Amino acid sequence: MNIHEFQGKAILKNYGVPVQEGLVAYSVAESIDKAKQLQQETSTGWFVIKAQIHAGGRGKGTIKETGSRGVVLAKSLEQVPDKVKDILGGTLVTIQTGAAGKKVNQVLIAQDVYYPGKSEPKEFYISVLLDRGTGKNVIMYSTEGGMDIEHVAETSPEKIFKEYIEPGQGLQAFQARKIAFNLGLSGNAFKSMIAFVNALYNAYADTDAAMFEINPVLKTSDDKIIAVDAKVNLEDNALFRHPDFDQLCDDSEEDPLEVEAKKHNLNYVKLDGNVGCMVNGAGLAMATMDMIKLSGGNPANFLDVGGTANAQTVEAGFRLILQDPNVKAILVNIFGGIVRCDRVAQGIVDAYNNIGDIPVPIIVRLQGTNAEEAKKIIDNSGLKVYPATPLEEAAELVKKVLA
Amino acid sequence: MSVLVNKDSRVVVQGFTGKEGSFHASQMVEYGTRVVGGVTPGKGGQEHLGVPVFNTVEQAVKEAGANVSIIFVPPAFGADAILEAADAGIGVIVCITEGIPVKDMIYVKDYIKRKGCRLIGPNCPGVITPGEAKVGIMPGFVFKPGRIGIVSKSGTLTYEAADQVVKAGLGISTAIGIGGDPIIGTSTKEAVELLMNDPDTDGIVMIGEIGGNYEALASRWVKEQGNPKPVVGFIAGQTAPKGKRMGHAGAIIGGADDTAEAKKAIMSQCGISVVESPAHIGRTMVQAMGLAKA
Repeated sequence: MNIHEFQGKAILKNYGVPVQEGLVAYSVAESIDKAKQLQQETSTGWFVIKAQIHAGGRGKGTIKETGSRGVVLAKSLEQVPDKVKDILGGTLVTIQTGAAGKKVNQVLIAQDVYYPGKSEPKEFYISVLLDRGTGKNVIMYSTEGGMDIEHVAETSPEKIFKEYIEPGQGLQAFQARKIAFNLGLSGNAFKSMIAFVNALYNAYADTDAAMFEINPVLKTSDDKIIAVDAKVNLEDNALFRHPDFDQLCDDSEEDPLEVEAKKHNLNYVKLDGNVGCMVNGAGLAMATMDMIKLSGGNPANFLDVGGTANAQTVEAGFRLILQDPNVKAILVNIFGGIVRCDRVAQGIVDAYNNIGDIPVPIIVRLQGTNAEEAKKIIDNSGLKVYPATPLEEAAELVKKVLA
Repeated sequence: MSVLVNKDSRVVVQGFTGKEGSFHASQMVEYGTRVVGGVTPGKGGQEHLGVPVFNTVEQAVKEAGANVSIIFVPPAFGADAILEAADAGIGVIVCITEGIPVKDMIYVKDYIKRKGCRLIGPNCPGVITPGEAKVGIMPGFVFKPGRIGIVSKSGTLTYEAADQVVKAGLGISTAIGIGGDPIIGTSTKEAVELLMNDPDTDGIVMIGEIGGNYEALASRWVKEQGNPKPVVGFIAGQTAPKGKRMGHAGAIIGGADDTAEAKKAIMSQCGISVVESPAHIGRTMVQAMGLAKA
């Protein structure tokens, strides 16, 4: 589960990770109050206004309607409302959102942390995530902060360091020291970095997070270490241990069809193609998408109806697919193991009867448990579907209906 | 002989009296698997499906001689169930449960390694040696006995592959569903290695998907061994977008090496017969076997 920057920072702060302070606002009027409050609390003179969406690249992104950047600086309290007006409610397009962009429903009013002082401010990169190859958590860090880390990995991989965490042992003192040394720190900044890394790892482990990416981590001109941004991804499978995280879920950031699918316990991902598909099992679903592509179409979605598919879930799946106006054909591909093909067949018949006229051709391929009973149900229903048994036959039918 | 499970396997079912456990245990018994008992804490002493229920895996090992375990408990208790089986000395643990948190699997995998037992899964369809034992949730009738081994991250795609292999005139020695989670007990390479060393397996179907580096590691290992048996490979997710989780917790493209394209390129370089369409797995296996004989 992805969460917003302001929510991620709240979690970090809760675990003693120093963050760039800020207050979230949902309206222009509120932004003025929040800016005043922030000034009282932090005595900041300038304000950073940051669009809150679930995508990176906000600073370089553009608000479609106004041309404003997604992150801007207000150099006085008076400038705040005008700057907020240009962002809030607008559509932010970044390299990660796609051309459609994402609506900005709230902004974070944050303190200025790049103030002048004894030393130059310096930006770093730190993330914590799972290394799948070793089955261990890893702290990945770099002196090249504030930049796209994939770009750093390509151009100067020697500037990326990794510290692997032994299972059951946790982050060790020597590891935190190593990180601070490798980042070239000394004195108070060195000590602050050790505390920062320890608190950060503790927060990651305790929240069952899937990823923390802090970019940039800032050494301020007075040698404090703080998180200026926070990209936090919480692990879906562990959410049952954190009922308080439910409120962090922001459905407005998700595709509406994906949100609806979740309500029906369907695993659905919206794609841009013209052939809808409904499949049991994630691997077979991906394979079916690939086959659609090889047959000259493009998959309109990923949809795994799972092991408990019955008439209701299958009908819900059809309704989801049919809401996508790009869909020119539907391929149902079920290999019955846990899920019985006769149930799926009944779902198809019921969906047809309940939805009424389905305007696109449907190819139904049912194989496995109770496949013969399923075929009888389909045959006796009098529905206009293209039946297939081998996968190859289904692929040929996709070609045929698209021609 | 095949690998991991056979007619002599003595299987204990963890989560025995639950809905899923009950259903699949009875299916396994019907298939001919020697289910010697089940474990449901608090229900020890009862009888279910004609075999005893135990409170602990340790009792099932001591009193019923269990040496293989299959796990159907809910995700919150998955890690504990695996640890209990490993602690009791079970040699092959098959975990069907989907949704075990990664954090739990990190320490489970570490413990399993130290115990020297083999974990298959989690989030997998299990293992089947056709005609001998089914320790999983797959439809048994699809898997006809033969000499082709299957290694797969996916459930239904495994059935699809087996069905094609069988209909192409070949059969299955052992099919291993390794699971679709980011951390699994047995990697693609380890499962392929088992089948490479199995005298009853002549060829291997290796099915992967986007995410992680398991297929690349397995392919390089096969090449290092001098490609002793033909391997047919397929990677699902050519059309999957970056950064989106495709059902399986582990099926997500993070970096450039996670893509289906990158994996298939490495597989080809390592002498594996890569199929572009999932409909061509059986046909390609037949061709690969023919080439191997020539």
